[in-house]
Amino acid sequence: MLPLRIAAITATSAMGVGLRATRAALLDRRTGLTPCDLPAMPGGIWIGRVREAEAIDPPAPLGAFGCRNTRLAELALRQDGFMTAVEAAAARHGAARVAVVLGTSTSGIEETERAWARRGPDGALTGYDFACTHDLHALPRYVRARLGLKGPCVSISTACTSGARAFLDAAMLIAVGLADAAVVGGADTLCRLTLNGFGSLELLAKGPTRPCAEDRDGISIGEAAAFALLERTGPGDAGAIGLLGAGASSDGHHMSSPHPDGLGAVAAMRAALDSAGLAPAAIDYVNMHGTGTRANDAMEDRAIAHVFGDGVPCSSTKGWTGHTLGASGALEAAIAAICVEDGLVPGCLGLARPDPAFGARIAVANQAAPVARVLSNSFGFGGSNCALVIGRLP
Amino acid sequence: MTLAAGILGIGLLGPGLPGWSAAAAVLAGRVAHEPVPLTPPAPSLLPATERRRTGPSVRLALAVAAEAVQDSGLPPEELDTVFASSNGEGLVITSILEALHTPDGAISPTQFHNSVHNAAAGYWGIAVGSSRPSVSLGGHDGVFATGLLHAAAQAAALGRPILFVAHDVPMPPPLDALRPTSEMFAVAMVLAPAGGGRGRFTLAPEDGAAPPPALPATLAALHDANPVARALPLLAALAVGSRAEVRLPMLEDACLRVTVAP
Repeated sequence: MLPLRIAAITATSAMGVGLRATRAALLDRRTGLTPCDLPAMPGGIWIGRVREAEAIDPPAPLGAFGCRNTRLAELALRQDGFMTAVEAAAARHGAARVAVVLGTSTSGIEETERAWARRGPDGALTGYDFACTHDLHALPRYVRARLGLKGPCVSISTACTSGARAFLDAAMLIAVGLADAAVVGGADTLCRLTLNGFGSLELLAKGPTRPCAEDRDGISIGEAAAFALLERTGPGDAGAIGLLGAGASSDGHHMSSPHPDGLGAVAAMRAALDSAGLAPAAIDYVNMHGTGTRANDAMEDRAIAHVFGDGVPCSSTKGWTGHTLGASGALEAAIAAICVEDGLVPGCLGLARPDPAFGARIAVANQAAPVARVLSNSFGFGGSNCALVIGRLP
Repeated sequence: MTLAAGILGIGLLGPGLPGWSAAAAVLAGRVAHEPVPLTPPAPSLLPATERRRTGPSVRLALAVAAEAVQDSGLPPEELDTVFASSNGEGLVITSILEALHTPDGAISPTQFHNSVHNAAAGYWGIAVGSSRPSVSLGGHDGVFATGLLHAAAQAAALGRPILFVAHDVPMPPPLDALRPTSEMFAVAMVLAPAGGGRGRFTLAPEDGAAPPPALPATLAALHDANPVARALPLLAALAVGSRAEVRLPMLEDACLRVTVAP
């Protein structure tokens, strides 16, 4: 693929509202995870909750979109001059030439959960707009209306790769000329379905998640919204941050367990490198999917070692944010951009040494190092895999 | 901006529309439409343990996908896929919501992994042993046109055929009151960047809502009864096989103009 310029990027998660706070938490190695204090959730777990979003309301004309996912998306849109950058892109290209391609796994289903809990004797769900909240298309419809855009509107839901796939799919829309720019990313919020679902699979950590630790015991779920503005590159963009490549694959193996040797993960990473025209040695840091479960981290380690050997430092940043599901690919693209800008390899949080069985080079302390290119992994249920290469444009 | 695509194979399942060849005769007006309720077939491509875990939404998707790929003559494991569904796994999600609100609140782990929107895509990958990339889209009432444009864009961007599958089944109570869908409907197409034995078309997004469809009464009712059945004006034009222009809904302020070439 042709590289695309990331003209603007922003992220809001438990580790910080906006990039400045995210960057500070990354440098200070300060987790955003806290003990779960939401009602009707599994006991003894930690979550990555964004309290700041809970008091936000969408502007009045879009009031029907009010739900936890919209509030988090709205808070994220207000950070880092993102709306101003999109406004400028719409002025440059025309609002009809800017696509909105966003990923989410559960959209505003939390609104249906609330309505369910207050159901009367007739069992009817009342008091909210299903199409503007629970429905998957609610997220891109809201963002498109909020930003005054008129281009293609796409909702992607491939479980935990949704936010990464948004970058890949938007790149294809731009490549064929359906758009000149795209607002991409994802938003996913805490809800009973997800937390209790991972609880039923016995995959939740007792305490903050510790990806790549020898005694890791599972996932902490978080919530996040992250957005990027992708545009074709122009003269003078060399050295700016861009999407250099993207690749995907399917496991075709099992609905919730990855292939033990990580064949799908290897295929996605290779496809991303191929699309960027890069050899593995050109990658300076791998941001792992690294959810903190025993099986997934071990699979990803094997897959990374297969592609990169032990030559490239790798880590998961989910110790800061928790696993933010359909937003994680977009959130970690923003973290990758910070790592490139700051020359930072973040080490996994909460462990003194990596699992000794691992073959990849797992970073456990922050290191200052030149980082020109980051490969970011996302894997999901249904055997969905996606890898992005974020880095300095050639 | 227009985008061209050709159709290498079609699969279709709807009430009174059992497969493309039988449906084409109905859609072209050669045979009367007799809507009879539809039961999605058990997916014979899947191993028995996986087959038992699939519900109507996945079964419907796999049935039309298999028909379209067989019609195209291409190996299924070599096709990238674009799945699109408005209601997705609404049946599974509703059953989880019910379980969450019982006194013990326990939910089934199998149901949880089956609740993801890309469940149909995941089972398709398992069924045909594919490691090709796959994406799953929502789209509310514009789900068919949004998915069609997306799939045609991927075929053009990658320069090779793509399997596009759009499928929707009714929501169960109490969500059915908020998202009325009274019939099952699914369509699949193997799309190529050019050529195509089952027809060719160009796509162009346009401002403004789609006009009401010009369809006979029973098909017009089906069109309104399932978001994927908004494909019917296009499917009827393909069945007739002459030059035609239809507009399909995408958003309240946008539609997709599809120009079918003879």
